[in-house]
Amino acid sequence: MTWVAIVVAGVGCYLLKLAGLSVPARVLERPVVARVADLIPVGLLAALVAIQVFTTGQALVLDARALALGVAVVLLALRAPFLVVVFGAAAVAALVRLV
Amino acid sequence: MSEGAAAPDDVPPEDRRSIARDSLAVGLATGTYGVSFGAVSVSSGLDVLQTCVLSLLMFTGASQFAMVGVIASGGAPLSGALTALLLGTRNTLYGLRLAPLLAWTGRRRVGAAHLLIDESTAMAVTRRTTAGARVGFLTTGGSIFVLWNLFTLLGAIGGTAIGDPRTYGLDAAVGAAFLALLWPRLQQRRTVLVALLAAAVALGMVPVTAAGIPVLVAGGVVLLVGLLARPDEPDRPDGAAR
Repeated sequence: MTWVAIVVAGVGCYLLKLAGLSVPARVLERPVVARVADLIPVGLLAALVAIQVFTTGQALVLDARALALGVAVVLLALRAPFLVVVFGAAAVAALVRLV
Repeated sequence: MSEGAAAPDDVPPEDRRSIARDSLAVGLATGTYGVSFGAVSVSSGLDVLQTCVLSLLMFTGASQFAMVGVIASGGAPLSGALTALLLGTRNTLYGLRLAPLLAWTGRRRVGAAHLLIDESTAMAVTRRTTAGARVGFLTTGGSIFVLWNLFTLLGAIGGTAIGDPRTYGLDAAVGAAFLALLWPRLQQRRTVLVALLAAAVALGMVPVTAAGIPVLVAGGVVLLVGLLARPDEPDRPDGAAR
């Protein structure tokens, strides 16, 4: 099942890219399409952050990951590079769990 | 398909060199974080081969992180795939913006499409000429493709060797990675509100639905907001360049 999902999503993501390069540009000129296109990734990523940080299985939890997210916010506000943000957050969560 | 031979190929050589240099820097910075994807992916339960095939075949970071994130939280692989595809739709929009600028057709377009991601778009969309855009697109996309796949393998092998990822906080790393991908988009109040709404909807759905569904519901709500919201102020510049 995992392999099916990988191939379906992988090929699908490629076709989405190819479609963009192949579709007439005037489709994007419709303001509704442009607005939805800007908002969808924002909504999905925000939902993923929330799920990843504040849930375990079907339970809402507040643990070391929340503190790590706070550190990530500070690092991002300081314009730290991606790797620093990601591994900085990991290090904070690891340290909190050690204590 | 001979639409718009858009721009003259008159970028001076030194200009192309500086575009290539900037693009390579972005490629290096981005490609190496494939190591975090590799490590996160194996800790989510995928094996090394599956992880590497994802990077080779899907090759769009946010979708890859989303897919393994859903699987890690116990969701069905296919709902992970659906989330990945939804996130992948933004590449379609990038393609729409870049198509007249890059002006590739036929086999070249089929090949170039695989490199169509956030960073290659960002490094191409601001160029005035087709030649400049192609240099930015290919240098960024090509260097990221090579490094991303190499570092995915390294991260996957390292991730397998180190044992329980929670000890190293790698589960927290995923949330941070999503936030870092989201961060540059949080420029306007409306976007921040949409992000908060989506997070709240997703969390509200968690206790009552199967894993993977909350993210899709949040995506649906955002889709509705986008369809029903008032049009932007007319003087707002089109938000392509970041």
